[in-house]
Amino acid sequence: MSELSTPSNPRVLSSMPLCRAIGLRCERGGRELFSDLSFTLDRGVMLELRGPNGSGKSTLLRALAGLYPDVDGEIDTCDLAYFGHRGGLSPTLTVAENLAWFSGLAGTTADDVPGLLRRVGVPYPNRPLSELSAGQQRRVGLARLMMTGERKPLWLLDEPLTALDSAGEALVGELIDEHLACGGGVVCATHQDLPVVPGLRIELGH
Amino acid sequence: MRHSSGPACRAWAAHRVRPLNALVAQFLRDWRIALRSRHEMTTPLMFFAVVVMLFPLAISPEPEQLAAIAPGVIWVLALLASLLSLEGLFKRDFSDGSLEQMVLSAEPLFLAVVGKLLAHWCAASLPLVIFAPIAALALSLPLEALSTLLASLLLGTPTVACLGAVGAALTVSLGRGGMLLALIVMPLYIPVLIFGTSATSFAVAGLSVAGPLAWLAVLAGLSLTLAPFAVSAAIRMACEE
Repeated sequence: MSELSTPSNPRVLSSMPLCRAIGLRCERGGRELFSDLSFTLDRGVMLELRGPNGSGKSTLLRALAGLYPDVDGEIDTCDLAYFGHRGGLSPTLTVAENLAWFSGLAGTTADDVPGLLRRVGVPYPNRPLSELSAGQQRRVGLARLMMTGERKPLWLLDEPLTALDSAGEALVGELIDEHLACGGGVVCATHQDLPVVPGLRIELGH
Repeated sequence: MRHSSGPACRAWAAHRVRPLNALVAQFLRDWRIALRSRHEMTTPLMFFAVVVMLFPLAISPEPEQLAAIAPGVIWVLALLASLLSLEGLFKRDFSDGSLEQMVLSAEPLFLAVVGKLLAHWCAASLPLVIFAPIAALALSLPLEALSTLLASLLLGTPTVACLGAVGAALTVSLGRGGMLLALIVMPLYIPVLIFGTSATSFAVAGLSVAGPLAWLAVLAGLSLTLAPFAVSAAIRMACEE
């Protein structure tokens, strides 16, 4: 069973790790994905998850997010944001409406939405999301991630470079760098090399 | 590792959480989606309107006969029409990942669910209540019973929406849960159906309607307080995969 505790005030925990996993073990479809996996993620550190398709990277990220309970071991995390394969954005709503929904939901501040959208290179707040390309939709997801950054010190990124062009890949690197510099932490599953050098690396599927 | 100390450096200040924000944000989001995908709002209403008009043709245009069955017909059709809007309630959010973001980020989740339920009621049930006087006219329901019919619908449909949402949340991760959803939800609608039709029938007969209306209010109060928690638990389970 995974245990998840989410302290509400990250500042109190400034000296504590953002995420601690002890003795994680997961079996899926009769195959052991990982076992005896332990790590501690401190502030300002990025953990990179590597491994071939089906090696359990996404499963581990979902377990850390509390979205996959069938993992043995102990997981302890602070408030987190999850950037997964599914965007979590409604195609019917405009870009700004999607962001407003999320900021209201998560209690983040959405003061400078136009500035945020310029930063991620999608300066069309009033376009429905369905009119944007896959890469642009991912960029809106990045804008949302930047909004959560204020409240969620731990970012869980599942293949953040999917569908992004080279400028978008550089942007992901910048955002991660800034987040780490502010004392946040990142766990990132990826196949491609990120423009950020990870502090920790776990190879799955070996 | 590179370190940048740009202007974007954030303080991890604990924001004051304003929980009603989650409710309002979720309500606005779902209400806007409902307005833009209009067929989801109009299909149940069209079903309700068209089928009501079939009864005078199929049974008899005699006002006495129609008036006798009118309360039951209107209530049964309202329940069936509400089923039509249920399947899409969580399914779309589930497949585009919004549900998972809601589970992860909403503070607190049950208030966001309350916002969702309110929007669902406004989009799916309120149009039926507004159309009910025309249905009552078509079925020759006596005018003095009209206010009771509307009161029973206003008090009963929140329960219907809440129970339906619990069923929809439980079946959201199943591929084709439509039939199962109807089987789960329909028996739960029975108390609302009984009190709703009896209130209207009592009004037609000139009896006191306070009893059944009070029971409808009790059911509405119970389901409005309990259903958000049940729905929250169910969508949390659905997202755990």
